[in-house]
Amino acid sequence: MHSLSAFFIGVLFGAGLIVSGMTDPSKIIGFLDLAGAWDPSLALVMAGAVIVGLVAFRVARRRTTAILGGTMKLPADRQIDRRLILGSLAFGVGWGLAGFCPGPALVAFGAGYDKAVVFFIAMLAGMALYEIAERILRPRETGAAAE
Amino acid sequence: MIDWPHFTPWSALAGGVIIGAAAALFLLLNGRIAGISGILGGLLRPMPGDMAWRVAFVVGLLFSPALYGLFARLPGATIEAGYPVLILAGLLVGAGTRYGSGCTSGHGVCGLSRLSPRSLVATAAFMAAGFVTVFIVRHLLA
Repeated sequence: MHSLSAFFIGVLFGAGLIVSGMTDPSKIIGFLDLAGAWDPSLALVMAGAVIVGLVAFRVARRRTTAILGGTMKLPADRQIDRRLILGSLAFGVGWGLAGFCPGPALVAFGAGYDKAVVFFIAMLAGMALYEIAERILRPRETGAAAE
Repeated sequence: MIDWPHFTPWSALAGGVIIGAAAALFLLLNGRIAGISGILGGLLRPMPGDMAWRVAFVVGLLFSPALYGLFARLPGATIEAGYPVLILAGLLVGAGTRYGSGCTSGHGVCGLSRLSPRSLVATAAFMAAGFVTVFIVRHLLA
């Protein structure tokens, strides 16, 4: 059941990205280009998503189990550390260069755009490099916060 | 100044609400955060009993354009960056989102919805880096 709902929610999430226009990197770059002709669309996508999300997380706070069973798996890490900031900065540079973040990259890969395929493979390689570095540098720690 | 010809307020808001609804359903039904980089990255750290839902979610995202295309015309995508830049950017996005534990969905949508200070800092950091990067590429190097 968890996998079935994950599949349909993945489709819904992807449809939301398509409707919002965020699978088009020129819309992302248009938002990030404050000094040029600025396209504020991304801010409204975030606003729409967060308004719904605020309600959902308020409801979820009163639950200890998921509706389909199992515990609620919410991130417990509260630390604002170097990893968080350096990682997010590196992500932001890549986001600004290509106009892709992971969700839209997956959808555009699914749509079969040549350049999205290349970006997606490079992104997976970046994730794999992170896993390798973690295993070499911090062999004892497993299960870092997944968000 | 606002780029009125490209600004799409209603579809942006509608798409955002759908994304929020997907994140809400995932939270309540599956008890998990809909963070794409974490879901995808977790596939590279295989743990028993933790793989099927990740694969299902990713496959759902991959199939979404095909399914969407059955009902409506798929919008195009303009990808200006050349291949070397796309490869560099992909590496940065992949490693950066894993090192920073999240991306636009996990920290941006879900983290802000949870009022998580950690996610607020992460979102401010990647937005700021994105603004600076585009400024350099479009206005200093161009």
